[in-house]
Amino acid sequence: MPPADRVTGPPKGALFYNPLFRSFAVQAVLCVAVVALGWTIAENVVENLARNHLTSGFGFLHTTAGFDISQTLIEYSVSSSTYLRAFWVGLLNTLLVAILGIVIATVIGFLIGIGQLSENFMVSRLSRGYVTLIRNLPLLLQLLFWYNAVLKALPDFRDSYHLWGGAFLNSRGLFLPRVEVSGHPGYVGIAFIVAVLAILALRAFARRRQERTGRPMPVFLWSVALLLGLPLAAAFIGDLRATWTPPVLGRFNVSGATEVLPEFVALLIGLSLYTAAFIAEVVRAGLMSVSRCQTEAAAAAGLRRGQILRLVVIPQATRVIIPTLTNQYLNLTKNSTLAVAIGYPDFTQIFTGTVLNQTGQALEVVAMTLAVYLAISLVTSFAMNVYQARTRLVTR
Amino acid sequence: MKRSTARVATLFFAIAAFACVASAQAATLDQVKSRGMLNCGANGQLPGFGLPDAQGNWTGFDVDYCRAIAAAIFNDPAKVKFVALTAKDRFTALQSGDVDVLVRNTTWTSSRDTQLGLNATGTNYYDGQGFIVRKALKVNSALELSDASICVQQGTTTELNLADYFRANKMKLKSVAFAQLDEALKAYDSGRCDAFTADASALYGVRLKFAKPDDHVVLPEIISKEPLTPFVRHGDEQWFDIVKWVHFALLDAEEYNVTKANVDEQLKSQNPEIKRMLGTEGNFGEQLGLTKDWVVRIVKGTGNYGEIFERNLGQGSPLKISRGLNALWTKGGIQFGAPIR
Repeated sequence: MPPADRVTGPPKGALFYNPLFRSFAVQAVLCVAVVALGWTIAENVVENLARNHLTSGFGFLHTTAGFDISQTLIEYSVSSSTYLRAFWVGLLNTLLVAILGIVIATVIGFLIGIGQLSENFMVSRLSRGYVTLIRNLPLLLQLLFWYNAVLKALPDFRDSYHLWGGAFLNSRGLFLPRVEVSGHPGYVGIAFIVAVLAILALRAFARRRQERTGRPMPVFLWSVALLLGLPLAAAFIGDLRATWTPPVLGRFNVSGATEVLPEFVALLIGLSLYTAAFIAEVVRAGLMSVSRCQTEAAAAAGLRRGQILRLVVIPQATRVIIPTLTNQYLNLTKNSTLAVAIGYPDFTQIFTGTVLNQTGQALEVVAMTLAVYLAISLVTSFAMNVYQARTRLVTR
Repeated sequence: MKRSTARVATLFFAIAAFACVASAQAATLDQVKSRGMLNCGANGQLPGFGLPDAQGNWTGFDVDYCRAIAAAIFNDPAKVKFVALTAKDRFTALQSGDVDVLVRNTTWTSSRDTQLGLNATGTNYYDGQGFIVRKALKVNSALELSDASICVQQGTTTELNLADYFRANKMKLKSVAFAQLDEALKAYDSGRCDAFTADASALYGVRLKFAKPDDHVVLPEIISKEPLTPFVRHGDEQWFDIVKWVHFALLDAEEYNVTKANVDEQLKSQNPEIKRMLGTEGNFGEQLGLTKDWVVRIVKGTGNYGEIFERNLGQGSPLKISRGLNALWTKGGIQFGAPIR
């Protein structure tokens, strides 16, 4: 039992020993130091820029860029688009590969992660082998492998593989037929939205009914039927017709096609497979964190194996998985900057590569790039935090 | 909380310290002298201009320019530290002071001379942009390349000229840009692109890197002006003068037939031009901040312009590029050394 005066605080007058005062003082000193340092840096930068006669500011964003970009999701023209437009083109290219990569990596990662714990000898060994191999090789090496060893081994465009529906596959990429739609495509969109709303309502109803009567409903089958049936019916009513224009072989390239660049494919495969190996480990750890008693209890309650996994194990494992999974998503997005090595026009390549070089506005361009990646990462973390808050264990 | 604040403070401290180093700039010549070494930004991947061999010995036309500057300062052409730079990193490296001079087949343009805060010295190689294609394609002119995939190195004037040329001729452009020259070449060589574009001089050099050099042909069109020029930073006139005048000295030495082999003999020459150049009359080297015998040091170190050219690009090299525009003005070219007097 400590003496009473320790509990009530130090004697009067000894302000220096007051813990509250001390922590405030330390914070204040640090604050002043940080502000002073920031000030020094800013002053230094301005002075250096002036001495080297470097112009600064963001005016350059509105001048014509004048360079070509191999993959543009939005309209971009060499002759009239500005550096600002190039900024958006690069950003969308990065987001495209990041979002698709996250989806694919998550699917593969969950399959492999569950596979590692499978009782099937082959499945568990193969899954472990995958993780061991992929996780221990540098990502850059893997990207170069996919780009140089696998995709370049595809035939020259003159000897393209002819795929179903008139698509071409060759070392220049995948060339898909162009589809033009006539009729009322809007109907299908409306039908799709209606289907989604109906499924949500159905799920709520099914849950309430099960809570009331204990009888389950085949929600999944109904959902699939709604999701496919309604848009199909709408297409029929809207007299929807698709004209299918297969690409043609030109002198140098396949023309009249929607292209998927090999650089994009290599980056997507490399990033997805690499991140999937880490996600598999995260999933495995999450599943193992759920006590075995839970599985046994669920089995005793008469649930099938798939149901045990889906209804008992995964919901509890999710709480463990989400924070580390978020890290993997952030890593994937940041690793996408390795696109530079294989010529995929991602944000870093376009912006800190070409734009920085053509304009010489190093400070502005690098600051914008940092801000973009920071923003992407913060948004990802925020979304995952929201999701985690929703799946938190409800304690009564 | 406290710990992370402290970490932030440490980080800022590091950045500030870094910024201070950059701000404490003395005259470049003094820095180079006290360091005992010239830091030279070079190419590193381009045969004929800048390429280290297996032993790490750098060779090339631009590389010899760095050696000539080192020879003028230290009387020793070996006192150079070469920094291999990609096209997209080169200007930042010069601006930030990582290198003292950038001799990396870099085109002189108005924005590089002004907005980038750099000074172009003297054009050491007059070049233009061309295309290389596989012979099997049976292409005879760059104008036939509409819709062809073209590999190009990113962050170069080449990339911009390519877009301009296709736009001007109403052709459809499909370019694939790579940060590294080697990556772009590998992509072309493996069939990802139909053509590769770069400065014509570079095309001759990179052709030797392909699996089968004879399967490729350089197209006749030259689509741009590329005056390749060494660059220095704005704000140090003395250093600007030195780099510029090393170039003129190399040209003047060739014009008056002062070579690596005969320079000692030429010291006895009675020709006033040669006497001024080699420092037996006047103190023109000292006016630059160097020594009287600065040209003797340069020529002994690397030879004159013609010798450097022939050794790296011309008949003494695998590239066999003819002098063309880069012949002296007395021999039908446009290389014209200002007089030393």
